[in-house]
Amino acid sequence: MNIGEKAPTFTLPNVDGTTVSLDALLNESKAVAVVFSCNHCPYVRGWEDRMVSIQADYADKGFKMVAVGPNNDRTHPEDSFEEMKKRHKAEGFNFYYVRDESQDVAHAYAAVRTPEVFLLDSDGVLQYHGAIDDNYQEPDAVKHHYLRDALDALLAGKTPPVAKTPPVGCTIKWK
Amino acid sequence: MSIKVDFLYWPECPSHPEAWTLLQRLLDETGVAAEVTRRVIETEAEAETTRFVGSPTIRVNGRDVDPRGAEGMASRLTCRLYFREDGRPSAVPTETMIRNALTQAQAQIKE
Repeated sequence: MNIGEKAPTFTLPNVDGTTVSLDALLNESKAVAVVFSCNHCPYVRGWEDRMVSIQADYADKGFKMVAVGPNNDRTHPEDSFEEMKKRHKAEGFNFYYVRDESQDVAHAYAAVRTPEVFLLDSDGVLQYHGAIDDNYQEPDAVKHHYLRDALDALLAGKTPPVAKTPPVGCTIKWK
Repeated sequence: MSIKVDFLYWPECPSHPEAWTLLQRLLDETGVAAEVTRRVIETEAEAETTRFVGSPTIRVNGRDVDPRGAEGMASRLTCRLYFREDGRPSAVPTETMIRNALTQAQAQIKE
């Protein structure tokens, strides 16, 4: 998916037993980040605390984050929906964590890695695509806060200063 | 008798260059004379036969630098999850894990 394109919509089961509709989120938000994610990946694990802090810091500004778990749970059982539910609860995630069992959503977004961010404006148009920031391992050593910078710009009615960065992380485990 | 170091990695996981650089630096710093084998793991069958539990996996004289982390893990093509001393997750073994494995192997040779 290219910057400026309208993102494919989806409705997927959330870890809390409800379903999450991207259209519904867009209707009530100024920006939505769709983040392809999983439990097992060390890169995701390194960035998880920042996913939580970004959702917390921007919640009052009309921002919602949806982590989408598409991985094949036969090769990676720790990424199953049941394990997603456990991890979401254990870690106290403040963002949605939905299961893409068919992997249709990951394919529709042409996602390749976890984590991989697709930041959408309120019209569902892709405004930023790539990594959360430039250092998964050391939060204090981050020099470029790509997602935060893109969000700040978007919420101020401006164009993100950097629209695209290479996603860094584990490959999506396809069926 | 020299120390044997096996560096196994899956190219689809982006952590192996960082781990390889770290290993090279620690070999230089410790002065451990080692025969290093670098092996690419590209299929599930290779992962199975080499007991590859994730990329990168580093063994010194056949022993994993993070033996507790490797315990009970299935062989497969994946990025391997390590934990640093401060509890943070990492995609590469820590400096302490590799350094300890090298120096312990060297000490065993001297005994």
